[in-house]
Amino acid sequence: MLDLTKYFCLGAALKDALEKFCNETCLIEADRDKEKARLTYRDFGAQSMSLARALQDAGFAPGTRASMVMTNQSKWLISAYAIFYSGGVLVPIDWMLTPDEQWELIAHSKAQVLVTEFSLWPRLSKANGRATASDVKLVLVTEAPANGDLAGAQRWEAQLERSCNDNAPPQFVPRQRTDIACIGYSSGTGGRPKGCMLTHENYLEQCSALTSIYPFWPGVHYLSILPTSHAIDFMVGFVGPFTCGATVVHLRTLRPEFFRDAFRRYKITYVSVVPLVLKNLRAVFQSRFDELPKGKRRIFNALVALNKALTKSHPRPTLSRKLLAQVHQSLGGELRTIIVGGAFSEPDTLQFFYDLGIPVANGYGQTEACTAITVNDLKPFRADTVGKPLPGIEVKIAEPDSDGIGEVRVRSKTVMAGYLDDPELTAETIVDGWLHTGDLGRFDSTGHLQLFGRRKNMIVTPQGLNIFPENVEGGFDDLPVEEFCVFAANYIWPQRTMVGEQLVLVLRMKKDQTWDDTLRQQIAARNNKLKNYQRIQGVVLTGDEFPRTTGRRLKRHLLKDRLAQLDRDHAILPL
Amino acid sequence: MPTLENTTQEVLTLAEQHFKLAPGTLSPSDDFFKKLGIDSLQTLELLSRLENHFNIELPDYEVQGVSDFKTLAERIQSRL
Repeated sequence: MLDLTKYFCLGAALKDALEKFCNETCLIEADRDKEKARLTYRDFGAQSMSLARALQDAGFAPGTRASMVMTNQSKWLISAYAIFYSGGVLVPIDWMLTPDEQWELIAHSKAQVLVTEFSLWPRLSKANGRATASDVKLVLVTEAPANGDLAGAQRWEAQLERSCNDNAPPQFVPRQRTDIACIGYSSGTGGRPKGCMLTHENYLEQCSALTSIYPFWPGVHYLSILPTSHAIDFMVGFVGPFTCGATVVHLRTLRPEFFRDAFRRYKITYVSVVPLVLKNLRAVFQSRFDELPKGKRRIFNALVALNKALTKSHPRPTLSRKLLAQVHQSLGGELRTIIVGGAFSEPDTLQFFYDLGIPVANGYGQTEACTAITVNDLKPFRADTVGKPLPGIEVKIAEPDSDGIGEVRVRSKTVMAGYLDDPELTAETIVDGWLHTGDLGRFDSTGHLQLFGRRKNMIVTPQGLNIFPENVEGGFDDLPVEEFCVFAANYIWPQRTMVGEQLVLVLRMKKDQTWDDTLRQQIAARNNKLKNYQRIQGVVLTGDEFPRTTGRRLKRHLLKDRLAQLDRDHAILPL
Repeated sequence: MPTLENTTQEVLTLAEQHFKLAPGTLSPSDDFFKKLGIDSLQTLELLSRLENHFNIELPDYEVQGVSDFKTLAERIQSRL
């Protein structure tokens, strides 16, 4: 891989990687069982340079912010490199958000350019939120059919053709390590968007640290299915493999049958998933094992037990592939590690895969720290922890209680510069150089971090989505009660766990109002309109007026302290 | 071409078979996440079955954000 300590910016590192690994395959794009594209680093460079030239011709100045709303595909990465090459700031937006949510974040970022794809553009272009993103001057749309309604956008492919007619290369615009490379949104919308300003240094340091434990090299095939806008896939599905000459395989569908087939078809080495996908994969394996005839099942169980005993201290991939050949062949036979992140994984599921000889690199991270803070180094594998801090990352437990559990705080060159246009929140989150994660943890005697819940009012879903209760409250705006708010139940009543988190609606009814089916249905009707992962799971009634500032702003922490006096099991009423 | 009503009924019947439910359990306005307690990946498995039945391809982006049978049937109908 490249020695990233020598570089000042992502653009320069990627530029050198493209030259160094020019004959290696860098991208394979598949849709279901069809391969749509295969590019070498040279091909990738040629397309990126054409786009960079077109952007610069259109007045793209250093520091310009360019947002991206695309599914995982080759043009995502080609566009990203063209933006970095031109000294721009990338704003990756989750393509799974609603169009209005996407526009809200684009507007918040003040992006002047939007790159998207035609499959998403009809709904995006017609959304009301488009009017709010008034800074956007140029929209490029990939894969638009000849008669497609561009709704004011330009064809991405036409930019490449136009600049190919003129041979002058684009200008490479170097950036400093402290310059912003990306603005990554760590939460959804509806409240206070958290735009993490991540510097070139953040990415270069994170990449060096991560690849020192999980290396890439030419010939490695990384399967990219998490949205590339997600911090994990951006790092291990773009920056990491590219600076090492590896191949990224994009799969443009998440259908489980094609996902599983891709392992065999492309001999996948690494894949990143969220816990939900890992759990689903486990269920598939478990049902296959359960179908084995009794005799075969006994032999299989014995082989798993033998593998478990022989890999206790460290993984032995060659041995495991021989012992449990059918399991490994069903995943292509080359899989070294499944990287899992975005949310907390249940130790039982991690151990299930490790016992089959498939190590799972679980860890702990935040977008605010440019992806990973700790990772399981597999020496030995510890399913009950989230691993050890990455090289160069300091982690401490602040204000520990009698059990040694306190807030996880992080100091390193991977910690973001701050939240975009939110100095108040930045000052609360980064204090004297330490990132206050809001998560509760403890180090065990061997230096592995264990997590025990959160001290902040939020939940993380098994899909890896951060949900802030304040952002859900809008869904209940016209509820006919005196006042209400939404809390993460574990924030009120800490549970020392990272799983099974739920949101509850806290409400004070009007005078003479009673808790009955009518009110329950009114809440349910509003709840059902929310996205499935945003929904509340129960209701907490309180008779006392909510504590508020003179400006009527809710004093959430005081209300929380008051509610914490109630018995959780009796206080949460089912909906 | 079948009517939207017919397509919706077929979607409901297939979903009931897929999740081993008694006929008539599901209705067009039902939210599949809530009614069936399934996650997004289990929904994708159902979609594969629906695609095979209707002999169409439903790209992931086409069903992103859809959570009720009626809207799902509309998306299928538009591809018939």
